Amino acid sequence: MTIQNMFGWRPLLVLSVFWMSIAGVRADAPAPTLEQRVAGLEAYLGNGDPTAALKDAKGNIPDGLTTASVGVAGPGHNGWMMTSAALVLFMTLPGLALFYGGLVRSKNVLSILAQCLGITGLVTLLWWAVGYSLVFDDSFKSPILGGLGFAFFKGVTSAPNTNYAYWVSQNVFSMYQMMFAIITPALIIGAIAERIKFSALLLFVGAWMFIVYFPLAHMVWGVNGLMNGVWNAGAAIKAIDFAGGTVVHMSSGWSALILCMILGKRLGFGKEPMPPHSMVLCMVGTGMLWVGWYGFNAGSAVAADGVAANAFMTTTLATGVAAFVWAVAEYFDKGKASVLGFCSGAVAGLVVVTPATGFIDASGSIIIGVAAGLVPWFFCTRVKRWFGYDDALDTFGVHAVGGTLGAFLTGILATADVNANLNTNLKEIVGKTLVAEQCKAIAVTLVLSIVGTTVIAFVIKALMGLRPAAEAEREGLDVSDHEEKGYIY
Amino acid sequence: MALKKIEAIIKPFKLEEVKEALTEAGIEGMTATEVKGFGRQKGHTEIYRGSEYTVDFLPKVKLEIVLPEASVQKAITAILKAAKTGKIGDGKIFVLPLDEVIRIRTEDKGEKAV
Repeated sequence: MTIQNMFGWRPLLVLSVFWMSIAGVRADAPAPTLEQRVAGLEAYLGNGDPTAALKDAKGNIPDGLTTASVGVAGPGHNGWMMTSAALVLFMTLPGLALFYGGLVRSKNVLSILAQCLGITGLVTLLWWAVGYSLVFDDSFKSPILGGLGFAFFKGVTSAPNTNYAYWVSQNVFSMYQMMFAIITPALIIGAIAERIKFSALLLFVGAWMFIVYFPLAHMVWGVNGLMNGVWNAGAAIKAIDFAGGTVVHMSSGWSALILCMILGKRLGFGKEPMPPHSMVLCMVGTGMLWVGWYGFNAGSAVAADGVAANAFMTTTLATGVAAFVWAVAEYFDKGKASVLGFCSGAVAGLVVVTPATGFIDASGSIIIGVAAGLVPWFFCTRVKRWFGYDDALDTFGVHAVGGTLGAFLTGILATADVNANLNTNLKEIVGKTLVAEQCKAIAVTLVLSIVGTTVIAFVIKALMGLRPAAEAEREGLDVSDHEEKGYIY
Repeated sequence: MALKKIEAIIKPFKLEEVKEALTEAGIEGMTATEVKGFGRQKGHTEIYRGSEYTVDFLPKVKLEIVLPEASVQKAITAILKAAKTGKIGDGKIFVLPLDEVIRIRTEDKGEKAV
């Protein structure tokens, strides 16, 4: 068997592309000047377009003209994005799993871990098959849904997809974005913890990805998306969402509220105590979420550039302040600052700063931190009691309320001083009417999440039921759904 | 001579002191169990994100001692001396009659087996 038979046409193609990019010329192609080659390299430093210097006055690149900088990933940007992707996965496994797992009763700890693992596997499969393509392709020419051009990762290689990043391999970009698609449905399980069948949850998440997540992510981040104000000049709603305040936190949080109301309260809710079984695990998980969130927020620059650096700083400031403010609020309310208060405040700070992180300065992040410490605290400790819904681990109070608050505040606090990309398509509205666009994006997200979740939940309820038998719920989902126990003494 | 069993419910942090006092009084064996319970002492409140729980059952240690009737008084004196803080929640001592004691290894019975 020859090498060529084993690998088909690829070695030839790879070799020829390699030769073209190294040499920068074909036999009949024009050679780049030294200035053009240096400009290509300089574009790497500023996360710019390496082909900019090759374009003529009309913006066209002469046939065959290229440099070694074109069509390849930049090592620094690529390295940061691989790190960021791993950090965002770390937020779910095991960060969120431990944060939520510690908050449930010990008979249900494994059900939380299993749900996080199950969602990771299911979403990975969906993402590879069509999810990535439905979000980040543009072949449908639709502001609502991407296309099928990248289905089964066709054409998703180490070369950058310059619609999204000049210097990051598309395979890395797709994995980075997949980690967001994993953690978003995993956030939902907090509201419905301790009382949903494992099979019903997986079916719900599978449907929810198609009806809510893939369209919403395309609308906000797709190159031709409905609400992608930063990059889509033709966006109908000129909103901004740096790392997923609407896509991730609002969508999961509001869906969680609806699902928890359709599901009903846990057996014994309000009558028997349901305290966290391990605040230690909860705090460990919180720390992992916070660390992982640097990949989530600073990584959303899709480059290791100045925008990422600013996001790193604002994420830290907002989170530190929010953790402290939540605990201070508790102190003035009940006389004690609690570990769960610090943890909840930290997560709330991370949530609220998410849509804003790459668009605000240090002062803006402090304002966000204070708001994140007070508003979600008020919802978790007061509003929940007034209405009586059983949002078991406060997914609604933290993620829906925090995500909505963040999307709104982003409209007020965003400034082009820290992110010049706001000057590209939004120069006229930043600092003026941007907040109105943010409210429109909030409305679209709310309607899609609430309607989508309602329909899916009632269909699954009719098909197979959502809740385990009362006996199984009393015994605990670890034994009834997974036939194992978290702790054997 | 008749055998008695003492069951003493004490504060967990007093276990070491009580054990030492009993040993000094010549008591050679005892069994300790972690238990939960309440009497006149109130429990405490726990708050998790605004949800308040009253915890009535407090952690205590139950000591079980089997001994001849003649030793009961000095054992009670030792426990009282070591376990008393003077605050509510110090616990209780129960003295019960006992029908029989058998040492499994030797099959000794009665006082010999204690």
